[in-house]
Amino acid sequence: MLINDIQIDDTFAEAFNMRGTRVIITAQNHKWAYHAANAMTGFATSVIGCGVEAGIEREMTADETPDGRPGVAVLMFAMGSKVLMQQLETRMGQCILTCPTAAAFAGIESEDMISLGKHLRYFGDGFQTSKLIAGKRYWRIPVMDGEFLTEETTGMVRAIGGGNFLILATSQPAALAAAETAIEAMKKVPNVIMPFPGGVVRSGSKVGSKYKTMFASSNDAFCPTLKGVTKSELSPDIESVMEIVIDGLTFDDIAISMKVGIEAICQLGKNSGVKRISAGNYGGKLGPHLFKLHDILKGSGL
Amino acid sequence: MSALTFTLKQDLQQSINCSALTPDNLAGKTAAEIGSIELIAGKHQLLVADIFDISGTDTQLIAFKNSSHKLDYIGANMTSGSIAIEGDTGAYLGFSMKNGEIHCKGSTAAFAACSMRGGLLKIDGNTGDFLGAGSEGSRKGMLGGTVIVKGNAGERAGDQMRRGLILIEGNVGDYCGSRMVAGTIGVLGNTGAYTAFNMHRGTLLLKKQPKLHVSMQDCGTHTLPFLNLLFKSFSKYNTEFSKLSNQRVQRFVGDTAYNGNGEILVLTD
Repeated sequence: MLINDIQIDDTFAEAFNMRGTRVIITAQNHKWAYHAANAMTGFATSVIGCGVEAGIEREMTADETPDGRPGVAVLMFAMGSKVLMQQLETRMGQCILTCPTAAAFAGIESEDMISLGKHLRYFGDGFQTSKLIAGKRYWRIPVMDGEFLTEETTGMVRAIGGGNFLILATSQPAALAAAETAIEAMKKVPNVIMPFPGGVVRSGSKVGSKYKTMFASSNDAFCPTLKGVTKSELSPDIESVMEIVIDGLTFDDIAISMKVGIEAICQLGKNSGVKRISAGNYGGKLGPHLFKLHDILKGSGL
Repeated sequence: MSALTFTLKQDLQQSINCSALTPDNLAGKTAAEIGSIELIAGKHQLLVADIFDISGTDTQLIAFKNSSHKLDYIGANMTSGSIAIEGDTGAYLGFSMKNGEIHCKGSTAAFAACSMRGGLLKIDGNTGDFLGAGSEGSRKGMLGGTVIVKGNAGERAGDQMRRGLILIEGNVGDYCGSRMVAGTIGVLGNTGAYTAFNMHRGTLLLKKQPKLHVSMQDCGTHTLPFLNLLFKSFSKYNTEFSKLSNQRVQRFVGDTAYNGNGEILVLTD
């Protein structure tokens, strides 16, 4: 398949079941809402080493947030409910409770509600106050800047993580510029995050390693400097590969996000240095969700 | 279907327990069956048809007309539907009510919303003592739901209240919020003596500065973000409270004589 002279490989991204949640962070202004949200979603690129994958989904205006202040929506994903609950609590305690003027609210409803401020309230040392307002329980915890306000619980839903595509280009700057273009377009899609730095990952991995202690190692088939010594997937003109990984609430959310991102790159044309779009998978045997690039771009994968 | 309407035929000498006349109890009953229900009046039992003219058929929509302060326990234990009352009612309006809506266009006697658990109770006139309190001997006051009083409330409003919302647009008597355990009471008018006496937890939101006893401690003036959520929750009710927007309040905490952590928030101008 060719779009604007850029080749789309007939392959698929392989994704996994995850548990996800959304938290709305508000503050005195967007600056401090971002400070809180950036801290909360920091060191959350991959479940392999961080426990969760998290990112800022979108900015919210004062009209959209529960307490009428500017805010941001944060999505957080983990491989299991236990890890998600644990990570949410520690990140709430260390990043939101500590951030001046920040408050946290549930961003999603579900049958499974997990603790947002339920245990954090004990920081109040007996001075914490609960308020049940319009059917939702909130905690007011006295802190040095005034009061920290948090909803007691937020929803936990079944989600999908690991949607991805690879950008193969003739130079490193070209690959990165194309990735940035894709990320800008994909940021407008709701219900997804791209958890890696700036939304882009340069160290795609394969399963296994020659070293016994390593579960994953560098994806040598896509490493341009190894073209001559490994079973490479790269043609001679490819000098750099960037990957964009997507976590989302549903299959369709991720598929739409991938379509938007790939189309944005293809609009740049062949002169951008991008030659091919591919995707990362493990042969289709590990993950239950397969995002076939051709189907997604035709719209039939949605 | 028109509202099932009970029109009081004559002035009553004794109070009547109307707890049988709720949407739950009357569902599926014919007019004749409803007319033959016995109501307790003192030590006597009277038939509904002897006391009221009955018209209409919609048991989910009940109306009392020509109502008087002799009609007690209207809407007791109701879980659905609505009751509209034209005139005054007696004691225990909405007693242990769990859901649904009651709208009293007149005034009520004491113990309105007693042990209420949910739903909406609106009183256009005044209400007596022990609004939202527990019944005699009970240690649990109101456990949920919303009460809106357009007029004044008597003494001990919200006594031992545990959950829920009481909004009083007029004045309240002495001991407002006494022994309160949790929940929110808003008062736009004046408050009497010993407001929040023995208050344990919960919030009293006042428009006017109260005269407080010594064991309520001034914690200064603050802008509290949770008030925005609270004010937003008022907006769905037709009440003067929905006009509030100022989140700046003077905060008193107590009752320290009771080791209490309740708060009185006085809205600043």
